[in-house]
Amino acid sequence: MSDEALLARYRQAQRRRSLAVAAARTALLVLFLLLWELAAARYWVNPMLTSRPSAVWQTLLSMGASGSLWVHVGVTLQETLVGFAVGMALGMGIAVALWWWPALASVLDPYLVVLNALPKIALGPIFYIWLGHTLSVYGMAVAISVIVTIVMLYSGFGAVEANQVLVMRTFGATRGQILRKVIIPASLPTVMAALKVNIGLTLVGVIVGEFLSARAGLGYLIIYGGQVFQMQLVMTSVVILAVISALLYLAVTWAERLVSRLLHLPMRS
Amino acid sequence: MGRPRIALEEVSLTYLSPCGATQALAGVSLEVHPGEFVSIVGPSGCGKSTILSLIAGILQPTAGRVLLDGEPVTGPSQRVGYMLQRDYLFEWRTVRENCLVGPEVQGQDMARARGRVARLLQKTGLSAFADAYPDQLSGGMRQRAALVRTLAIDPDILLLDEPFSALDFQTKLTLIDEVWSLLRAEHKTALLVTHDISEAISMSDRVIVLSRRPGTVKSVHEIRFAGPERPVPFRARSAPEYGGYFHRIWSELDPPGEVNRSVG
Repeated sequence: MSDEALLARYRQAQRRRSLAVAAARTALLVLFLLLWELAAARYWVNPMLTSRPSAVWQTLLSMGASGSLWVHVGVTLQETLVGFAVGMALGMGIAVALWWWPALASVLDPYLVVLNALPKIALGPIFYIWLGHTLSVYGMAVAISVIVTIVMLYSGFGAVEANQVLVMRTFGATRGQILRKVIIPASLPTVMAALKVNIGLTLVGVIVGEFLSARAGLGYLIIYGGQVFQMQLVMTSVVILAVISALLYLAVTWAERLVSRLLHLPMRS
Repeated sequence: MGRPRIALEEVSLTYLSPCGATQALAGVSLEVHPGEFVSIVGPSGCGKSTILSLIAGILQPTAGRVLLDGEPVTGPSQRVGYMLQRDYLFEWRTVRENCLVGPEVQGQDMARARGRVARLLQKTGLSAFADAYPDQLSGGMRQRAALVRTLAIDPDILLLDEPFSALDFQTKLTLIDEVWSLLRAEHKTALLVTHDISEAISMSDRVIVLSRRPGTVKSVHEIRFAGPERPVPFRARSAPEYGGYFHRIWSELDPPGEVNRSVG
């Protein structure tokens, strides 16, 4: 058999495999929804407790029509994106400062370790009292992502090949030049990894913040739905949240691929 | 001979660390004159690379003086190019951009630097790869690119820290000839650190043998070959004088082994 024929057969097998995986994935979801609907309809489970896909769909349609869906999604999205941006920027700034002044890093090291280990969610009530019901959600979102950003980036800066820095020093480069021309570009894969971690963490912070204090947003809807025992509202909000987090993660992955291609960086999978 | 380009006067250096003090160099004196090619050989850990770091202004001696044209070294100088054992190219820059990093950092006239880099890339056979990224290059090509990067700032002194040791034997022999011819044509002063005696003899006008740590100058060997012109390194390896030099330097070298001496 010729190489072309072998390659064609190999490609066909590959295509068949990925089609089969996609089909199995879809089937799993459909099966789950069917089972859920059937279990509720036949009273195998109490629909008051589990709700059902058709009820979720109805809720989605009516909330979409009344416009309240977009209000809550908009609030949660805005809080997430702003919190994400502020957390990243603040974390990067502090990581650069720690790199610039190693003495500062030595002093702050134990505090960073403790803050990193501390469940940031425990700070929720403090933010609520200090910042009020709207700003505390942002506080929560930033708190949950900023420390991990600092820790990831600072250790990323430290892992840059020492001899690449030495090359710069032999040319007489200043600290700022070393930062701009070596440390930052060499750490971009770490920055991308931090983005991926943070988009998920920020969403956690926003939802917890909304649980505690908000007047709008998906976290508020979930808590409200639970309190008035409307499980279809809770389930609908959770479904929307799942879709939002998947889309945000996809956006970050896409941005990572774009940046890696533009700057010729190795992909860190 | 006139004033030396590079001079070390009774230079000592002690490394300090939490584990204690380690004396790397003890009273090293040596001179390199303009246009000369000098090699330093010695057992590993004898402070060979430390000497280069001192001349490059990255380290300061604990005692003694390091002079370039009679002026004490206070920090990195635009006149000194430093080539490391491996290329350490920046993988996010093309070959050309990598080579321009020195002039960029030093704020040199970029138009002139671009011209110089283009010429050097041509000479090293890298023109076709100027816009390629380092991961598309072979080991030998990467080290050639590192040479161009070092020469791009147009230094008149070149410090070579075992730049051929990470290459396969064939690439190494070819590159040695190329580097040697290029440096000779550009009248550069070069100081090579190596543990490879044949490399040192074939390239150098003089070979300095360093003792085991703490490093001191044990002996200096003038390398001369019969004939009107100095043979290129590859031919020098088969010149009649080569064997004599090799055995003399080999017998001078301290055998490897023996633990590092440190006070702690």
